[in-house]
Amino acid sequence: MRKFSWSRVAINLTVLFLIVIWTLPTVGLFITSFRSKETIQASGWWTVFGQLGSGQFTLDNYDKVLFGGDGMATAFLNTLAVTIPAVVIPILIAAFAAYAFAWMDFPGRRLMFISVVAMLVVPLQIALIPVLKAYLTIDLNGTFLAVWLAHAGFGLALATYLLYNYISQLPKDLMESAALDGASHFTTFTRLVLPLSVPALAAFAIFQFLWVWNDYLVATTFLGIDKDVQVMTQRLVSITGSRGQDWQLLTSGAFVSMIVPVLVFLGLQRYFIRGLLAGSVKG
Amino acid sequence: MQQASADVPRRGLGQSLVAGVGRIAVSVFVPIVAFIVLWAGFIFLRDSGANKLVIVSVAIVWGIGGVAMLYVIANWLTEKLPNAWQRRILPFVFVGPAFAILTFYLLVPAVITGWESLLNADGSQFIGIDNYTYAFSNPDFIVAIRNNVLWLVIGTLFSTVLGLAIAVLVDRSRMSRLAKTLIFLPMAISFVGASVIWRFVFSFQPEGQPQIGLLNAILGAFGIAPVSWLTGAPLNTILLIVILVWGQTGFAMVIISAALRGVPDEMLEAGRIDGASEWQIFRRLIVPTIWPTIVTVATTIAILTLKVFDIVIAMTNQNFNTQVIATLMWQQAFTFFDQGRGAALAIILLVAVTPVIFYNLRQFRGRAI
Repeated sequence: MRKFSWSRVAINLTVLFLIVIWTLPTVGLFITSFRSKETIQASGWWTVFGQLGSGQFTLDNYDKVLFGGDGMATAFLNTLAVTIPAVVIPILIAAFAAYAFAWMDFPGRRLMFISVVAMLVVPLQIALIPVLKAYLTIDLNGTFLAVWLAHAGFGLALATYLLYNYISQLPKDLMESAALDGASHFTTFTRLVLPLSVPALAAFAIFQFLWVWNDYLVATTFLGIDKDVQVMTQRLVSITGSRGQDWQLLTSGAFVSMIVPVLVFLGLQRYFIRGLLAGSVKG
Repeated sequence: MQQASADVPRRGLGQSLVAGVGRIAVSVFVPIVAFIVLWAGFIFLRDSGANKLVIVSVAIVWGIGGVAMLYVIANWLTEKLPNAWQRRILPFVFVGPAFAILTFYLLVPAVITGWESLLNADGSQFIGIDNYTYAFSNPDFIVAIRNNVLWLVIGTLFSTVLGLAIAVLVDRSRMSRLAKTLIFLPMAISFVGASVIWRFVFSFQPEGQPQIGLLNAILGAFGIAPVSWLTGAPLNTILLIVILVWGQTGFAMVIISAALRGVPDEMLEAGRIDGASEWQIFRRLIVPTIWPTIVTVATTIAILTLKVFDIVIAMTNQNFNTQVIATLMWQQAFTFFDQGRGAALAIILLVAVTPVIFYNLRQFRGRAI
């Protein structure tokens, strides 16, 4: 199979071409984020290769976008504050529910489970107006709690469904012997089921992490226009809207917002793929 | 628990009375303290002017710790009950929060939205299906439907077919690992971030000025006048779809590539022995074998295209006839404050998405992660 053939050359060239197409836009953005406002406007980013070493690169854009009026540093911290609990809370709640559906007996179990799965088809757009109104009445809008709970609500159906699929497949003998040893349901759940479910929990966690980190719609509905709590996607949209030609801020801001998910992606690609396989039906 | 209940009768009446009262007192006391702690945390987070880093750390600990604490306390309280009651109540301690949140965030809102779609702008008057007839007679909405159909067909088709083609090609090349990583990478980038990347590619300057957008620079190199890509419909919508395809092809590729590895070699060998060409093998053997995966990928992307929102807002703010159902819904509800029309559009979105999700779930059922 290793002998030279024109079809192999053609395949390799095609793949190389695809790599270039897929990467070039991001490379352009990255290079631009280190150029001054004037040079960005004066010439395309590809011209930098003709004048390497002429001291044309600067970190000013990052300094400005992070600590200037756009407050990307604050937005970065806000994104962290939104994302981490919005990933952990639904997983915890869903795992408890999945365990009960799988290993506890109670009236209405089937009906409740079916209604949870049915919630998978409801797009979150349906909930925006009523939930926002409820939030406004109890003065919850614009708080992190509001967004955590919203993300928990929108991710919970999928999380429960996936974790149920996993937890209900754990060996029955294991549960029975735990019960014989006098372990309560709570102990069985925290000491036995949670540790055993780590692969499923991790897969969903990564999926939910990317979803929340990259979300714009839920954040902009429930966090509103207060810059103090806004996340990075909101800040970026705001810069594109008001000053779409400020490329030095847009490019550096976009990179600040991408760096964490891209690192997570590169580091955890395998789990990431599992999470995607698992999460592909997110409503 | 069993031990404790066996001990009780041996004690004197006075002792067990004190123990009983003490137990009730503790059972009331602990939740109250927990509630006060959580409430204090909430007030701190809402009103504090402390350092951002402190607030963020407190928020994370408070949010996660609070939820965990609620379960621990609810379970602890339940274990104080007699055994029979414990067995009856404990399942609902486990399921209850999930069910309550789903009810509050999806079930009840869906019903309310359905009802509000039959009311006027401020919800004060029942107007029947007027919001729906308004939607379907509004030219903006007709354009939105056309755009959503473009998103659905072009976005889904190109992402899936390209993903399939690349999955097949890449495994035969020397750069398969690198290529897979780089083509998959955009999946980790938000639609808003991706929009910034592509705005730069589509950037337009009037003729005669230096073009800093890649696309117009390439045109310029061939002596063609620059094009204002994002202002003319329907080309602009198609260019926005390119962003989605750029992001989702990697997803399709990775999932289809995993399925390709599951195609048995013997089957392909048998095909080759029978004298089938590579194309015939691909068309008649490989594609039918991985068809369920292709359907899962296509329906997943289709759902995404029907609900697309971020890209349109970040690229054109739904100007130049690039609006879609989700952006119109947002505009009606939160810019024009016409909740009736907004609700009607949300219901239309639900109706459009539901059959696709059903189909997707049917393929998905029974597949473990």
